Amino acid sequence: MTELNLELTKEIELLRLVTVGSVDDGKSTLIGRLLVDTKGAFEDQLLAVRKKKGETKIASAAEIDLAMLTDGLSAEREQGITIDVAYRYFATPKRKFIMADCPGHEQYTRNMVTGASTASAAIILIDARNGVMPQTKRHTHILSLLGMPHLIVAINKMDMVDHDQATFERIRQDITDYCAMQGIKDLICIPMSALNGDMVAVRGENMPWYDGPTLLETFESLPVLGQLDEQAFRFPVQLVNRPQTADLPDYRGFMGTIASGTVKVGDKVMVLPTGKSSTVKEIVMFDGNLDEAFAPQSVTITLTDEIDISRGDMLVRGDSMLEPQKEITANVCWIGDEPLEPRKKYWMKHTTNTLKAMVTDIDFKTDIHSLEHEQSDQLAMNEIGQIQLKLLKPIYADTYANNRATGSFILIDGFTNNTVGAGMII
Amino acid sequence: MSEHKLTQLKALEAESIHIIREVVAEFRNPVMLYSVGKDSSVLLHLARKAFYPAPLPFSLLHVDTGFKFKEMYEFRDNYCKEIGADLIVRRNEDAIAKGMNPKDHGVARCCGALKTQGLLDALEEGGYDAAFGGARRDEERSRAKERVFSMRDEFGQWDPKNQRPELWSIYNGRIHEGESVRVFPISNWTEMDIWLYIKEEGIPIVPLYFAKERPMIERGEMLIPYYEENKDQLLEGEEPKMIMSRFRTLGCSPCTGAVRSSAVNMTEIVAEAAAARRSERETRIIDHGANSMEDKKKEGYF
Ligand SMILES: Nc1nc2c(ncn2[C@@H]2O[C@H](COP(=O)(O)OP(=O)(O)O)[C@@H](O)[C@H]2O)c(=O)[nH]1
Ligand SMILES: [Mg+2]
Repeated sequence: MTELNLELTKEIELLRLVTVGSVDDGKSTLIGRLLVDTKGAFEDQLLAVRKKKGETKIASAAEIDLAMLTDGLSAEREQGITIDVAYRYFATPKRKFIMADCPGHEQYTRNMVTGASTASAAIILIDARNGVMPQTKRHTHILSLLGMPHLIVAINKMDMVDHDQATFERIRQDITDYCAMQGIKDLICIPMSALNGDMVAVRGENMPWYDGPTLLETFESLPVLGQLDEQAFRFPVQLVNRPQTADLPDYRGFMGTIASGTVKVGDKVMVLPTGKSSTVKEIVMFDGNLDEAFAPQSVTITLTDEIDISRGDMLVRGDSMLEPQKEITANVCWIGDEPLEPRKKYWMKHTTNTLKAMVTDIDFKTDIHSLEHEQSDQLAMNEIGQIQLKLLKPIYADTYANNRATGSFILIDGFTNNTVGAGMII
Repeated sequence: MSEHKLTQLKALEAESIHIIREVVAEFRNPVMLYSVGKDSSVLLHLARKAFYPAPLPFSLLHVDTGFKFKEMYEFRDNYCKEIGADLIVRRNEDAIAKGMNPKDHGVARCCGALKTQGLLDALEEGGYDAAFGGARRDEERSRAKERVFSMRDEFGQWDPKNQRPELWSIYNGRIHEGESVRVFPISNWTEMDIWLYIKEEGIPIVPLYFAKERPMIERGEMLIPYYEENKDQLLEGEEPKMIMSRFRTLGCSPCTGAVRSSAVNMTEIVAEAAAARRSERETRIIDHGANSMEDKKKEGYF
């Protein structure tokens, strides 16, 4: 490797991906394939999952059990299924990818939501023999609620349907229709054989009728969005830095991760909930102060005035204010064992704030097939719906559609301490 | 209109700092496990960055087995002093007094006593409710499955089939009395990221990571470092030889292999990491065997 390549490696961007879809559609196999073809897996890791024990060399990918590369738990290997998300990493000269391999079974939907919540592009796998399945729909609907910026549909196992273009077109139409019902337009559909590798990293020779990009080409060309100066500045305070040392007796810095937008030294900022104003004095970093910072940087901000600020407060700019909300409407993906019911109370964690919240109403539950809204007096595990929450104290939030970081929250069961709901503010 | 973007290393750095700060905000008594290796060095560096200009708000805990390389002890003591970190060293003294070693008792038993039990005892003694560790998901396939906040029961055990959902970057730090979390802020870093970051940031690391002529025992495909003090670990017919070599990962001297290498500086190490076809864990004897890492983690190991 030359110094030049090294410099490139330093500059590459990060893209977080997730694979979803029904059981056995080939999610784990696809990731295994990507790891092998991008050399993201090491030889000894490949040898550990070869089909014939005792071999010490691997001549082709056909000799390894690709799914075994990601199904890392003993229970998964025993049952031949994926139970929890596996995170795997691979890189091309242009980008580094974090890939979350999700389970397909309905009972493990919560793990799928875990994998999908941090991704900015999702690959929905569909077995070409079966077409769109109920789990394909559930996952697609969850991705739509999560506001997944890019959706890629991989119609897999094309080798099992003679690489037939008509089959591909039919499934493409079905999934496009289902997505259109919820307002998703820009679908990228790719025919593929994860097992043989066709249209994953290489085109292969079996589907000359397809002239779109391969999956890897798609990964490399998806836009990775940066932060624009115009975006609303949101800075939830995580901690107050007060060294109280001999050289820094009165220092007070506000530590946090910029949730969105940019901030400059000299910017006028306002503290929520107190409404006090001040000016950014310094943006402190270990390697030297910055003039300007942007999401998702983790920084420490000092202000020109001494005002009372603590964890859970938020710094915003005066030109992009937020109103306090004591009652919120949200979409929730219920992932608790016990159903969500009106009058039940939960802990809600929103940015760096944890507060009590009570469910006042379930507006509806969504049927994942028809996407129709049904009346319901509870949301059971893996169900999705819209609810009303009453909060013990006001929060300052954007809508999820406008801001993933300040529009999302989790619900925590006060008795078990488990995370039971994924909420998206409307 | 200008667009601002982070490079992937800076994005990883920001995520790690966010996690470290969240733990300090939500837990009563966190501690950072410090193994003196490269991942620990990066983790410690991130923690210093997170709280700058304040000192670290938690102690470092080194669970020592007595079998670490002497270069590691030297480095540990000097570096912690230099940065003013509060270092706690704990060992399973009972087992050490009874002469626990990998050659006579087997690697699994030795690790179980000196590392897992040593760690569990030290965590209990300190009453820590959160312990940071430098494990990465790319190291091993069961680690690839673990959450950033990894819940542990009263016995420090991991239940991989029943992990808490972890949504967005909102971490649920609520636990019951007696339970604890292991937190892995560098979960999403790969070995390559670690080396690149060490190079970029100029983070000091133990000299054993750089290639040098060193006395080694060749055992099968492995290079095992030879030390006068450990000569009773030699097997029949083995003889130490001087070999140009370095370590990709550091553990206990009888159980950590070296690799043949001529990489004497960070640029060469990064180049070697980029070209590597075998994983770093291959040089760790403890990881060999069907489920060894998962089993050990269930028992309370990192
Ligand atoms: N013929 C064929 N089989 C495939 C393909 N992709 C996956 N499979 C097989 O489908 C089965 C399920 O794959 P797996 O990756 O475990 O599915 P997952 O449940 O979605 O993770 C395995 O036996 C795979 O070998 C493909 O492209 N063609
Ligand atoms: Mg799978």
